[in-house]
Amino acid sequence: MDFFLEVLTGGLLAGVMYSLVAIGFVLIYKASGVFNFAQGAMVLFAALTFVSLWEHGIPFWGAFVMTLLSMLALAWGVERVVLRPLVNRPPITLFMATLGLSYVIEGLAQLLWGSQVHGLELGISDEPLEVGGMLVSQFDLFAAGVAGVLVLILSLLFNKTRIGITLRAVADDQLAALAVGIRLERIWMIVWAVAGFVGLVAGLLWGARLGVQFSLSLVVLKALPVLIIGGFTSVGGAIVGGLIIGASEKLAEIYLGPLIGGGIENWFPYVLALLFLLVRPSGIFGERAIERV
Amino acid sequence: MFSFKKRAALIGVLALGMVATVQAANEQYFPLQSYRVGPYAAGGTGFFGGFIDYLQYVNLKEGGVNGVKFTWSECETEYVVEKGVECYERLKKGLNGAPAAATNPLSVGIAYATLERSAADKLPLITINHGRTDSTDGSVFPYVFPLQLNPYSEVSAIINYIGQQAGGLDKIKGKKIVTLYHGSPYGKETNPILELLAKKYGFELTLLEVPHPGNEQQSQWLNIRRIKPDWVILRGWGVMNPVALKTAQKTGFPADHIIGNIWSNSEEDAAPAGAAAKGFISITTHPSGTNFPVLQDIGNTVIKAGKGNLKDSKRFGTVYYNLGVVNGILNVEAVRVAQAKFGKRPLTGEEVRWGFENIRLDDVRLKQLGAYGLVQPLKLSCSDHEGGGAVRFQQWDGKKWQVVSDWVQADRKLLRPIIEESSHQYAKEKGITPRDCAKES
Amino acid sequence: MLYRESGQFNTSYRADQRWFRLWQQRWVFATWMILAFVVVPLIGNDYWLNAILIPFLVLSLAGLGLNLLTGYAGQISLGSAAFMAIGAFATYNFQLRIEGMPLLISLFLGGLTAAGAGVVFGLPSLRIKGFYLLVSTLAAQFFVTWILTQCGWFSNYNASGVITAPPLVVLGQNISSPAGRYLLTLSVAFVLFWLARNIVHGELGRRWMAVRDMDTAAAVIGIPILQTKLLAFAISSFVLGIAGALWAFAYLGTVEPHGFDLSRSFQILFIIIIGGMGSILGSFLGAAFIVLLPILLSNLSATFLAGWVDPGQLENLQKIIFGALIIFFLIKEPQGLARLLEIVRQRARVWPLRF
Repeated sequence: MDFFLEVLTGGLLAGVMYSLVAIGFVLIYKASGVFNFAQGAMVLFAALTFVSLWEHGIPFWGAFVMTLLSMLALAWGVERVVLRPLVNRPPITLFMATLGLSYVIEGLAQLLWGSQVHGLELGISDEPLEVGGMLVSQFDLFAAGVAGVLVLILSLLFNKTRIGITLRAVADDQLAALAVGIRLERIWMIVWAVAGFVGLVAGLLWGARLGVQFSLSLVVLKALPVLIIGGFTSVGGAIVGGLIIGASEKLAEIYLGPLIGGGIENWFPYVLALLFLLVRPSGIFGERAIERV
Repeated sequence: MFSFKKRAALIGVLALGMVATVQAANEQYFPLQSYRVGPYAAGGTGFFGGFIDYLQYVNLKEGGVNGVKFTWSECETEYVVEKGVECYERLKKGLNGAPAAATNPLSVGIAYATLERSAADKLPLITINHGRTDSTDGSVFPYVFPLQLNPYSEVSAIINYIGQQAGGLDKIKGKKIVTLYHGSPYGKETNPILELLAKKYGFELTLLEVPHPGNEQQSQWLNIRRIKPDWVILRGWGVMNPVALKTAQKTGFPADHIIGNIWSNSEEDAAPAGAAAKGFISITTHPSGTNFPVLQDIGNTVIKAGKGNLKDSKRFGTVYYNLGVVNGILNVEAVRVAQAKFGKRPLTGEEVRWGFENIRLDDVRLKQLGAYGLVQPLKLSCSDHEGGGAVRFQQWDGKKWQVVSDWVQADRKLLRPIIEESSHQYAKEKGITPRDCAKES
Repeated sequence: MLYRESGQFNTSYRADQRWFRLWQQRWVFATWMILAFVVVPLIGNDYWLNAILIPFLVLSLAGLGLNLLTGYAGQISLGSAAFMAIGAFATYNFQLRIEGMPLLISLFLGGLTAAGAGVVFGLPSLRIKGFYLLVSTLAAQFFVTWILTQCGWFSNYNASGVITAPPLVVLGQNISSPAGRYLLTLSVAFVLFWLARNIVHGELGRRWMAVRDMDTAAAVIGIPILQTKLLAFAISSFVLGIAGALWAFAYLGTVEPHGFDLSRSFQILFIIIIGGMGSILGSFLGAAFIVLLPILLSNLSATFLAGWVDPGQLENLQKIIFGALIIFFLIKEPQGLARLLEIVRQRARVWPLRF
């Protein structure tokens, strides 16, 4: 039983890490209806930029701010070059454009900063804590805390500020938002910049876990099933989805793995997400789409 | 219109390349299927950096081998199989009349895909420290050389080391060993051998798979925590290694009881894990560091002269770099041996192959090369394309690797029949008649 | 006015519906065929056949497979490589386990196996759409590579899970030479392209396009959605399966499950984006582009920029160029190279006039 709990906790905490990446997706999807596959590449870009600056002797916060600025520049560029010309195209086209975008960003990141593996020490000890006979990772707790703060900030941003309200208006109905004088381009840029910020936070935490390297862009594959389960449009859903995926894939690996052969973590979340979909085609918290002919 | 223009331009470029092929130059060519970007770039830049620097060093210091200078060109594979094949086909013909000596893809996938092509083109395929295990049997695979160490020898040597630590192989009966392997053909390749050894020595073996790419290993390590093994053998690749070390720390497993295999043994595998890697043990066929005459020499003649290939000169003397140097030493030695027989001129692949099969590196020769302690004594033959089968163990002290053992030999007698069974099956499938090695000189 | 179409009248429906209505088209087609089937095998060297033409043909087949599904039936998929893997491993096993099985028949059976898998993973498409469908195809992608690595049976218990092609024999002829493998690939591709062309111009093709453009509307006018979508998955996977088998047997001669990973699926998707969605010819153009561009770039730089640009940086640059081109095509020409070619043809027809 203890072991079960330990696996469960570990899984839930790992799930928070997936949610961090998924939140970036949700933001962009909500405001612009773009399923942004390049989020993984943005995580890589942010982490690589940060760690390279840091290694050049720039202090932590300096590097952080400079990276943030570069994410802002990236957001501006994306809005100008990719999103604006593709207004009103089918969502699938936009999705494929972000595929192309992820290539550009990955190439750019490695062109600028090289392809070496960097270590990233955030100064958070990863010695395990003993809680009632269970091992809990300090680092994962910290990550969960960061995710909590992030969700808090985002929900404040969405619910209490003027920008947030316009964001929600755009998410609700783009045409109506345009009609009342909201400038779509600006909103998109803001959203991409915020997603860049989320990407930076995710990049730092994931980078501290994996080392900063190319594989960071692959975390996007872990975030996809999270989104499916949580729904594309809900930040809370991304967190819940992450928890579900994290816990179930760990439990499956431990208890199901020995029966059918190990290493099932790559596909299990997808099959789980698929089962969810068959029951609830728009995720737990997603909005139900209405189709008209 | 786009594609037509491009196509025309392409044909133009290729035609240009063909015209430029002028018979000339007393040179021996190495086609390099290198990879400097993508997920495994760290390995590629180090390995090919060391390899190129050694060739450069021989050129600068001795003017090549007997006056035959080395030349090379690179083709980026990104570790992708079909790009490697394209590079192979593009480069195999040689460069400006200089014939190709051997290919060194440093990629299992590319090696497999060019295995048959190599035999058809009579061009040796060098898979140092990796590759297809049964290609050790040179009678079936005349052109493939898994130099120094094939995957089977690798695990056998690790078990022997664990035996040494326990005070004898008979003492490991009942010990628990977990192997954490990458979920790919490479990772699974040695599982049958581990099972065989477990049966032979009576240790309890658990095999745990980490799915590619291995950036999430919580459940595997929780499992390990439950099993409480004496040793964990890490058969990792790329990002899987630092994550394993970090997760081990997170679940409270001591790093000094994790033994990394040949692709978990570089600075790039340990350093990103930071403090979690301290104490981590891994095997290596060659110590890192610059404390060998040959490396000192390379430092003086190549690196200090600004002719080094590494972009980041801090990586001079790292594991991958030194592997490249070792690879260079062996390739050049093969050319040298072959020249002694066939004459002091650029050689064909077939002649270089003979050179490889007749490499004799004993302590005296290694000292002459300035590589004593860096390269293990090696003796290749027609039937044995591996030669050594010994490794040393090294430990990560938080900054760099420290060698902690002498050469530990794999139990090659035990492995040979398994290798031959597999190679003979291959020969049967492919309709190859094995060479009679007794007749080869 | 480079050529004239005037004066060619069709006097029957049959003549009006034929493949190449104009004699010019027939001539162009015949020239290409002679080039491909006769001239190329005669003059092609190892490098061109092995490293460029064979992968080009196989990838254009794979592009065709995905194009049928995504371009015509509108179901987006990121699992193309999985079906290629199934085709390759199934063909291998049919060859291995049934004594004296002719190569072409095991190719066909391999394709059928992939088609079966395609139907299974296509089933969720009845209930879920769009991005959500990506999940189903990604599940296929990860699950298939996993099971192929996991079960040693598929690779005949090869220690490292790699399959190697047996000697290729068709009708008693050994065709293991580059030219032989090229001709095998070309013939298979020819047959499949011919079939695909007829399918998309027939009733099924119309149904696919109706479903693609709006499946609710298609259902309303009485198109059986279930059958139509599943047929798209089956036929697409069939083509992909055969492409996979050719990739393993005719091109590389060996393959491991990870040779068909997600990046291969992306590559195939890029082929149809660049070549042109919903265009048979586009699959060819896209494949040519994706095979030739990297080689062209690296050759160009080797010739003109030798020593100036680091080969690694070049690869990054190439990645950026690829990504940028995809975005460019999506913005400027969503129908890809095929459409550009069509524009050129139109211009040539009325040249020197503008319209």
